[in-house]
Amino acid sequence: MTPTELAERVRARFPDVVVAREEATLSLDRGALLGALEALRDDPELRLGFLSSVTATDRPGRDPRFLVAYELYSMEHRHRLRVKVGVSEGDAVVPSVTGLFPTADWLERETYDFYGIAFEGHPDLRRILLPDGWEGWPLRKTEELGGVNTRYRGGAFIPPVDRRTT
Amino acid sequence: MSESDLVVQPSGERDPLSTGEVRQETMIVNMGPQHPSTHGVLRLLLELDGETVVRCEPIIGYLHTGIEKNTEYRTWQQGVAFVTRADYLSPFFNETAYCLAAEKLLGVQAPPRAQVLRVLFMEMNRIASHLVWLATAGMELGAVSVMLYGFRERETILDIFEAATGLRMNHAYVRIGGVVMDLPPGGLDAIGDFLAMMPGRIREYENLLSRNPIWVERNAAVGVLGAEDALRLGVTGPVLRSAGVARDVRRDEPYCGYETYGFDVVVREAADCYARFEIRLEEMRQSLAIVEQCVERLREPGPVMIDDPKIAWPSRLEVGPDGIGNAPSYIDHIMEESMEALIHHFKMVTEGVSVPAGEVYVPVESPRGELGFYVVSDGGNKPYRVKIRDPSFVNLQAVPAMVQGGLVADAVAVISSVDPVMGGVDR
Repeated sequence: MTPTELAERVRARFPDVVVAREEATLSLDRGALLGALEALRDDPELRLGFLSSVTATDRPGRDPRFLVAYELYSMEHRHRLRVKVGVSEGDAVVPSVTGLFPTADWLERETYDFYGIAFEGHPDLRRILLPDGWEGWPLRKTEELGGVNTRYRGGAFIPPVDRRTT
Repeated sequence: MSESDLVVQPSGERDPLSTGEVRQETMIVNMGPQHPSTHGVLRLLLELDGETVVRCEPIIGYLHTGIEKNTEYRTWQQGVAFVTRADYLSPFFNETAYCLAAEKLLGVQAPPRAQVLRVLFMEMNRIASHLVWLATAGMELGAVSVMLYGFRERETILDIFEAATGLRMNHAYVRIGGVVMDLPPGGLDAIGDFLAMMPGRIREYENLLSRNPIWVERNAAVGVLGAEDALRLGVTGPVLRSAGVARDVRRDEPYCGYETYGFDVVVREAADCYARFEIRLEEMRQSLAIVEQCVERLREPGPVMIDDPKIAWPSRLEVGPDGIGNAPSYIDHIMEESMEALIHHFKMVTEGVSVPAGEVYVPVESPRGELGFYVVSDGGNKPYRVKIRDPSFVNLQAVPAMVQGGLVADAVAVISSVDPVMGGVDR
């Protein structure tokens, strides 16, 4: 299916689909996420049964602040659909899709690790790449680059790039 | 100690060496992060019951370098030099996927010759990466001679990379709108020599290993992961193809003109470590076939960078004694001849390209599976978000499913059959 045909098909059930640069994107409320992903996976003409990626984008000052993006792929029909869910800052919780796609386990942990978005119902939501005792959510735009006080012996504090003078 | 705790020998006599106690508890063993067979800094927490793995938990993050965050602070062109360092055994794939994403956002395409060069270097890179896999897998399972052979042939490829890009790894050769420069004089001949040499070498590896009883014993029926489980766990690449799923991004979602090349998607049914060994050997042959087709297409000259001064890198580059740099003739041009050229150079190098707002996801077939770049632009001269969907990261999730219930020695074979590269896992 071409992205446009795919969007038509999806639009029949979920209205908020756009096609840009030959990629179809479906926007959903988080309450509808699990039901929609299941329907997209089991629809015989869509069969979006392979979850490639889960990640988020941070947009401080806007509401919803975070957009969680799921990249779905169909092995049978060879088409792609992106599903996006908005998450507000004060209530950064999304239902976990690990029940539908076990591969989401580490991908959701990574998103949690970097953005502090909690995935409700995740079997083991812990930091994955950063140390367990890390403070903050480094991929949020409000966190600066660098400026981490390293624990190496004699290691000096390296200021964030924005505050470097040399 | 009660009577029932005694270990009773079949003969009815007690074993003189036994204390009579039967220990029931399991043992936790940390494999890694510094362990020769964990491919870098992977740590496996293994719970063992004797020699059997009861539970396995991969612990990652020791090589996290914040590449995704860093790209948000650099211009679009500088991003190439960051992403190439993610999966350091497949730099050309990282670069190409990133540039394809940026080009998709810009709505442009690299000229045909640049596309052919990208395919050429990616396939050479695939061979080099599979050679490292062969070498390390051989070393880990006791076939040390393969280790030497694998690194020997890889060196030939790296020499070609060095002649063309100035660097053995982390080339930053693929750029938005094309590639840095054309092949050096004699480049096609060097590749031709390599193409003539390699098939015999692959046969050599096959003769060494495929009928070697120890190799077969260590790999066959080890680390079995069926197609359905593999797909649910998001596994791609040789591990998925070893379970009979003919999934290859090059064929299913072609990029860089892969639809115009003849090659086979190699599939096996056994879903074990041995099938993955067979697949990688055969994939090297398929890559050689693609490289051969690239060489034919490169006989005709042509531009390797897009003809758009608003996107193309302004300077002429060439390989000098200390790597890649501005050609002396170009420096003369901007410093002595043309003020406009200097201004343009300054603007492109400091400010760079502005990319229209939007988001794209571009997958390519790396040696380890689907390497995807999800790139978001807000219309500025820096990426707003770059997410690297690295196949090593996702495939590593499937290791517990392949290891649990097996012997601890098989864990080594399983990890090497997945071929994770920690630079890509941790990014």
